[in-house]
Amino acid sequence: MTALTAKPWVWSFAAAILVWVITVLFTGGSSSVGLSQATLTFAAFSVIVGIGQMFVITLGPGNIDLSVPATMTLSGTLALKVMDVQDSMIALGLLIAILVGVAIGIGNYALIKLLRIPPIIATLSMSFIVQSCAIWTNRGLRIKPPETLSDFTTSYSFGVPNVALVALVLSLAAWFLLEKTTYGRWISAIGQSSFAARMAGIPVDGTRFITYVLCAVLAAVAGYLLASFSGGAALNMGAEYLLMSIAVVVIGGTAVAGGNSNVPGIWGASLFMFLVVSMLNTYGFGAGVRLILTGLIIIAVILAAGGRRVAR
Amino acid sequence: MRLSSSAVRLIIPAASLAVLLAAVFYMQPRAMSYTGLNLLFNLAVPIALATIAQMLIMSVNDLDLSMGAFVSFCACVAATFLQTSPAIGVLIFLGAIAVYAGIGVVIHLRQLPSIVVTLGMSFVWGGLAVLLLPSPGGAAPGWVRWLMTVKPPLVPMAIVASVIIAAVTHYVVMRSSFGVLIRGVGGNNRSVERAGWSVVGIRAAAYALAGLFAVLAGIALVGLTTAADANIALRYTLLSIAGVILGGGEFVGGRVSPIGAVIGALTLTLAGSFLSFMRISPDWQIGAQGAILIVVLALRLFLNRVEKREKNR
Repeated sequence: MTALTAKPWVWSFAAAILVWVITVLFTGGSSSVGLSQATLTFAAFSVIVGIGQMFVITLGPGNIDLSVPATMTLSGTLALKVMDVQDSMIALGLLIAILVGVAIGIGNYALIKLLRIPPIIATLSMSFIVQSCAIWTNRGLRIKPPETLSDFTTSYSFGVPNVALVALVLSLAAWFLLEKTTYGRWISAIGQSSFAARMAGIPVDGTRFITYVLCAVLAAVAGYLLASFSGGAALNMGAEYLLMSIAVVVIGGTAVAGGNSNVPGIWGASLFMFLVVSMLNTYGFGAGVRLILTGLIIIAVILAAGGRRVAR
Repeated sequence: MRLSSSAVRLIIPAASLAVLLAAVFYMQPRAMSYTGLNLLFNLAVPIALATIAQMLIMSVNDLDLSMGAFVSFCACVAATFLQTSPAIGVLIFLGAIAVYAGIGVVIHLRQLPSIVVTLGMSFVWGGLAVLLLPSPGGAAPGWVRWLMTVKPPLVPMAIVASVIIAAVTHYVVMRSSFGVLIRGVGGNNRSVERAGWSVVGIRAAAYALAGLFAVLAGIALVGLTTAADANIALRYTLLSIAGVILGGGEFVGGRVSPIGAVIGALTLTLAGSFLSFMRISPDWQIGAQGAILIVVLALRLFLNRVEKREKNR
């Protein structure tokens, strides 16, 4: 039991289950299946971007990627444009999305490394440029996703949303990468002490470079899926994922000071964040009260779960 | 003549502002007048105040991601309560400043990451703003409107206000013992504590002062726009951080510069006007702003290198 409560991700799952029970009880149990499926669907997008953000935050203080929303928008827009409603182009569309991610990741790290700009400002400036590119490509009508792709993203396998399965596969890969590979150990080592890592012969720059690219690629894939899921790319479709990607990482129990990450917590936190919104919706609160309660609940979770670790 | 290192830090922001201003004057000579300058820098006053608020938080090694939502909330209060019943409006502002001090205390006592706590607070302030003004509306109090549109002789109000803001905050942050303590907490928390000061108290005071400047930013913004909206200042979060960095501030170590922060805010405001004079298509305006930010920071790196080489010689 003590071993279980010592895991930082337990708290986010406990909170998610609590909110789920409260919401289901309020509706008299009738909504349990629908609510679970909706939660899994929307949490999946937060999980995918959250994992990327988690890798970056693990690199240590100051590392953060603010270009996530712009990357999602640009990859969704470009991929849908290239696919042009043809089923045969789905794979090419995914490839385009991934290439967009790679390009933005390279750009981000070039600014950070070559121009020595703090990551928060570098990725912010980058996101401005990417956003402009998205506005420029998005000219004209909203392009629909190919039929097969849109069916895939909106349907279920064994009662589980397909996007949630994709997120699960990506999380398993991320978990393996973090816990079982040298690369994962390197990230944690750099996050704990960049200087010590360099002295130990870890290729710090290469590792950081890969991590920023990985984060951008995951954001691009999330954008590709989200655009297909919602029937077209919109210019503001990534907006809410800026705060969301950071919030799920931290609520999930990843140390903000870096060097310590965990994948399960991202799931707990993503489920929790969506459940809170739907709980407040079920209770029929207005937009203002809903926002206030969301904020207070986030702070309450941080107060309950955090504080034992030294943050800075 | 030897320049102090803080003066060297100011050269780059000041030079980039001057270059940008020269470029604007070159493209649009009519901007070189009282009205022209006023139009160019009008929106700079609230941005400068918000940047100073962010700078105070950054000087104790924290970051405030709720700045935009909080300034929006203050603008909503200024356009509603401060106008209809000033006493209640002032009370709300005092309460909000107290909340800011409280956030500082909680972050310190429980060793929480400031990014996350202020992220949560941004939802709270946003929600309160929506409750106050569900749709754009309200009206600016008469005296605020007067203060923001008054036309002093020779120099436009926006410039006068910026100079005053820079001078006052320079005195408070760089010259007073209180300012030294705040920057000390950012530089070395433990040694300030060992010297017998209450770090909790200093942090609370820094947050409260930041809250005060953010409140002023909200009021100034309403004075310019005459009405408010729950989303009026959301972009201030990122603008204020960028302003501090452009002005030579650092994320950690208590290295900040109030004069630099104000110059950074002016530069960011001017960048917007510069782009519209360039007749850049609206599609690329945001992107060009990002590019300007990158160019200025690259310039800073270049000058820092030159400075270092001179030192090593």
